Amino acid sequence: MHQEDDVKRPSRRALLGMIGQVAGGAAMYQAMSSMGYAAESDYRGPVKLSRAKPGATVLVLGAGLAGMTAAYELRAAGYKVQILEFNQRAGGRNWSLRGGDRYTELGGATQSVDFAKGNYINPGPWRIPYHHHAVLDYCKRLGVTLEPFIQVNYNAYLHNTNAFGGKPQRFRHVQTDLQGNVAELLAKATNQGGLDQAVTKEDRERLLEGLKAWGTLDKDYRYVASSATSDKRGYEIDPGGGLMPLAKPSQPIGLKDILGSGMWAQVNSGNLYEFQSAIFEPVGGMDQIGKAFERELKPLIRYSTKVTKIEQSADKVTVTYVDADKGGAPRQASADWCVCTIPLSILSQIDVQVGDPMKNAIAAVPYGASVKVGLEFKRRFWEEDDHIYGGISQTNLPIRNISYPSTGFFSKGPGVLLGCYAFDNVHAFRLTAMSPEERVRAALEMGAQIHPQYKSEFKTGVAVAWNRVPFINGCYARWTDELREQHYQNLCAVDGRIVLAGEHASYIPAWMEGAILSALDAIQRLHAKAQAA
Amino acid sequence: MFKLLPAGAMAAALLAGAPTTYAQTSVPQPAMSNQQLAASFSTSSARFTQQGGETLYRSICQGCHMPGGEGARSGAGFFPDLRKNQKLAAGAYPALVVLNGLHGMPPFGQQLDNQQVADVVNYIRSDFGNQYSDVLTPQAVSGMRPATK
Repeated sequence: MHQEDDVKRPSRRALLGMIGQVAGGAAMYQAMSSMGYAAESDYRGPVKLSRAKPGATVLVLGAGLAGMTAAYELRAAGYKVQILEFNQRAGGRNWSLRGGDRYTELGGATQSVDFAKGNYINPGPWRIPYHHHAVLDYCKRLGVTLEPFIQVNYNAYLHNTNAFGGKPQRFRHVQTDLQGNVAELLAKATNQGGLDQAVTKEDRERLLEGLKAWGTLDKDYRYVASSATSDKRGYEIDPGGGLMPLAKPSQPIGLKDILGSGMWAQVNSGNLYEFQSAIFEPVGGMDQIGKAFERELKPLIRYSTKVTKIEQSADKVTVTYVDADKGGAPRQASADWCVCTIPLSILSQIDVQVGDPMKNAIAAVPYGASVKVGLEFKRRFWEEDDHIYGGISQTNLPIRNISYPSTGFFSKGPGVLLGCYAFDNVHAFRLTAMSPEERVRAALEMGAQIHPQYKSEFKTGVAVAWNRVPFINGCYARWTDELREQHYQNLCAVDGRIVLAGEHASYIPAWMEGAILSALDAIQRLHAKAQAA
Repeated sequence: MFKLLPAGAMAAALLAGAPTTYAQTSVPQPAMSNQQLAASFSTSSARFTQQGGETLYRSICQGCHMPGGEGARSGAGFFPDLRKNQKLAAGAYPALVVLNGLHGMPPFGQQLDNQQVADVVNYIRSDFGNQYSDVLTPQAVSGMRPATK
């Protein structure tokens, strides 16, 4: 049914295109950068604000990572800070669901999470790249213990319904064989003079030597079954001890099948800057970061507070709010300054007294869709049967990913994996349009094509569709180059006494690093204005 | 092709675990089997391949506007109520919103063709207590798309 990746004998041009996909990482990086992805964090250590004017006050709207970063640093500078938060908890999208939690989405469906003790799923952010310096530094400063997050696992599966008869392939097989087959082809072309225009005679020799090492080619530049290739892709019979059976090399996948696999992009996803080793996660769930901030700031936070209006005058900001649970008469809070981290999907529906440039920017940015499904199974069959310890299997099915826990290896009892991560595509909308129970069943149905154990081992599941999350109505700010050109400066500029912050006011959208950097930049500009006032 | 599990087996598996409770959504929908759920996805991840106004509504729009078109008001913001909605009086308005998005709602112009946009607009304008009898044509939708560069 799924034919996203065409399986056919590739033309010469298509083949070159595919090679370009491997060689052209720089081009890909360029494209990612312009979208705002893959940008390195500009964090240069803890922010240093001068002492605030005595009695100066700030209202922070939203107790997510941006809001709490702003509150934490402004309080340290001497401001009197109050935070208004819609939820009954702090953290925002920095969130984990555990057994005993109840979650009600928009539309009213309530899920009671039934995971075993210690198991959890992160509906939002779930990994921290090593170059997200600000997140890592706050983890260090706030005492959040980190552990490795496994992104690439050579024993995880690559799956394409249109290739290999739908049979999942081990990552190490596809990775090694793709490289070997391409190296053999290039060596052949080089030896036949096909690259004489492109490389000098000297470089031709270097290229051949390089291809031999890179693709594990034999002395005749062929990629064949051998102990050398098996040292990369694994053996059919692994070397043993004593009188165990002799090691037997494994048979590589042939050129035609590797070209038709549709797995070139999958095999390279771990090369993306955001996904390169090392990557981290907090021990015990991503929400440990939000909870650490919350511990520091709890007395400042007013929970269950729904903002309905934001006004400003020459000398103060006034925010009108109602109790999000009980309703009742509107109340007001005021301060000298305001850091507003309310997502644009919500802020665009609130009466905000700012100039037209900022107002237009708030209204202009669409939010992406994303759905995650956490599945708990009676045992860690992926470890016990498939020898997959952490990492991610990839598929062309709408679930896209199966991510295995990077922690608790070899433990007995139920384990939770991420059984679906649809992100910013049509499948994310389709899944959002389902009931939570249907999302879980759909994820089980599809995932069983990769792990048949799903059928007998399933215990319980939980599904979060970000468009139905009551505090945000979407996943993240989906900027385009055109939108940024038109609105980004206006969104970030201080308007009177109000400044906006959050991942939506950053070039690292959908990442915690973007939220924190945005907050740090915003408070420095607001503080400068407050000191000059 | 999907390798399908028997619906009964999965239902049994779901029931076998401790109860995960799901509150009733506002409009009860007929239960879809696992096979039907799996078959209800687009065959492309870049474009919606579902066809027909109601199917497209059930595949996309009800994620936010809800199965009965009632939208949502229980959160920090809201999703607009499509029922008896006078903003749907002219088909051009909902068509432009579907094509270009509005506020947090993303544009769907690149993921739906003119026929699909017309179908889904005609569906919401003739359901959910809306009785606008004029029909939006794919040709009209075509004219609303921004000129290609």
